[in-house]
Amino acid sequence: MSLQGVLPLNGLSGGEVLAYRPDHLLIAGMVDRGSKVLDIGCGDGDLLQLLESRGIDGRGIELSREGVNHCVAKGLAVVQGDADTDLVDYPDDAFDYVILSQTLQATRRPKDVLENLLRIGRRAIVTFPNFGFWRLRLQLLVGGHMPRTDNLPFTWYDTPNIHFCTIKDFVQLCDEIGVKMERAVALDSDGRPLRVAMPWWFWNMFGEQGVFLLSRGERR
Amino acid sequence: MRDMTGLTPKSTSVLRTVAPQERSEEHSHEVDHPSSLVAQFGADKPLKLDCGVDLAPFQIAYQTYGELNADKSNAVLICHALTGDQHVANRHPVTGKPGWWETLVGPGRPLDPARYFIICSNVIGGCMGSTGPASLNPATGKVWGLDFPIITIPDMVRAQAMLIDHLGIDTLFAVVGGSMGGMQALQWTVAYPQRVFANLAIACATRHSAQNIAFHELGRQAVMADPEWDHGCYADKGTHPHRGLAVARMAAHITYLSDAALHRKFGRRMQDRELPTFSFDADFQVESYLRYQGSSFVERFDANSYLYLTRAMDYFDIAGDHDGVLAAAFRGIQTRFCVVSFTSDWLFPTSESRALVHALNASSARVSFAEIETDRGHDAFLLDVPEFFEIASAFLDSAGKARGLKTVTGV
Repeated sequence: MSLQGVLPLNGLSGGEVLAYRPDHLLIAGMVDRGSKVLDIGCGDGDLLQLLESRGIDGRGIELSREGVNHCVAKGLAVVQGDADTDLVDYPDDAFDYVILSQTLQATRRPKDVLENLLRIGRRAIVTFPNFGFWRLRLQLLVGGHMPRTDNLPFTWYDTPNIHFCTIKDFVQLCDEIGVKMERAVALDSDGRPLRVAMPWWFWNMFGEQGVFLLSRGERR
Repeated sequence: MRDMTGLTPKSTSVLRTVAPQERSEEHSHEVDHPSSLVAQFGADKPLKLDCGVDLAPFQIAYQTYGELNADKSNAVLICHALTGDQHVANRHPVTGKPGWWETLVGPGRPLDPARYFIICSNVIGGCMGSTGPASLNPATGKVWGLDFPIITIPDMVRAQAMLIDHLGIDTLFAVVGGSMGGMQALQWTVAYPQRVFANLAIACATRHSAQNIAFHELGRQAVMADPEWDHGCYADKGTHPHRGLAVARMAAHITYLSDAALHRKFGRRMQDRELPTFSFDADFQVESYLRYQGSSFVERFDANSYLYLTRAMDYFDIAGDHDGVLAAAFRGIQTRFCVVSFTSDWLFPTSESRALVHALNASSARVSFAEIETDRGHDAFLLDVPEFFEIASAFLDSAGKARGLKTVTGV
């Protein structure tokens, strides 16, 4: 299945598509044009830049000053800050979408962060490394060590990732706090989406990362 | 601009012990006849002050660097801090020292005169050529002294806006300022949201904290306790409360630094001696340094002006002017903001900048924010801190691109 096939990203040429990370393209495809987006942990601002090129009003939060500098140099509006402590200061309904890309597992209170995402934004897009990925399971089972991969290169003692979860765990948390899953996609090692029709256990085993589009559920 | 290179630079040795000096002859002259550009505003153009007084006539002394481009889109206004003035990037006519912000303004610097038309004016109430308590009151022929009306930060900005009108500029590409200058920069966007494209607010706050008001009161009381202050009427007698003003400056100077910076710079080292003298002489280098800061300040600054400007900062409270809701002041603003704070600044701590950033976020303004790691305290914004220049350059360059300004190389 080709990448363009699953992404509703009109107006990007093949070359442009290759210039962006596949998960960024997937996220961009979930965001409606003209909406207002907060990207938490925006790094060097690559995703924000992609969003802005698509007529989306983007803002960012980034922990590192180097990251903030890179973003500001690109003309992006990015604030140095911490997802764990700063989200409480944002007003309700300030954004159409709040994006938390590969950051949830590094927060001290993922549940609070997730609840804040859907307070600040009408929708949230969360991506995270799936700790249920078969390679990680195998490393722990056979090697007896905490798993390390290209995407998760840290040793157990210096990793910023303190709250790993599996896709299954995340789905459970969403249920627990009454968050509605509008779309869920599992990406393979190359960042390509797995076939849509597969069951959860398959995603939990073969997805290297999960991408979820969430909205406020009934119970809120 | 008149040539100011003929002035002899004074000694810049910071570890000398200097007896407090009288205000210099050069300074007395600068008050009414500044060696910079001057815009005069007559009786038909009064400055409407917050205290209810219409101030007229009045003058604003200013400096410019670079050229205004054809579509007048490259003007940058720099707002100076409490004891700064319009001499941002040229030799100071009184002290002979280099401009106070040559780290930020100059060829190859974030604000390059080859790209921008840079304006800096002495604030109203100041003492380097703009009308203030040290100026002559045309109605009496005497120095204003305490007859000068109380001014506020919004008054300073209103006067600057009249200067910008006078220069024929509609929209400023950027307003830039640190400390009290940052307060003015913020006030600019609050008062004239359509006239500011980008705003670089450094080491500042949207209101003056209780602690800062307390420090200012300490300084004012030091001035007023000097018998030579004489209820502000010292000019008539040809004296100046230099001792009180020097003490005020010494106290204020401590707030501009940090414990770590003082320790690194001076520690407990002795000044030109091995052993304590068992007296109240300046045995320690840090004492000698502070005494020098106090005494060199009084030769270029007027005591009453110090009272007025510290008061203006005390009264500053943007939220207070908007029913206590800071975000309401910035609602609908299109200006791009960059807010910068410094980790060791305890006068305008990062928490103040964060409060500003949250309010700007809440009102949907485009804002960037960075906290720069340094142990140099509040003064860091005036010093050579590369991380600060990096973000200032990044912000100004990207805003310049959005504004369609040419780069220095013409691209």
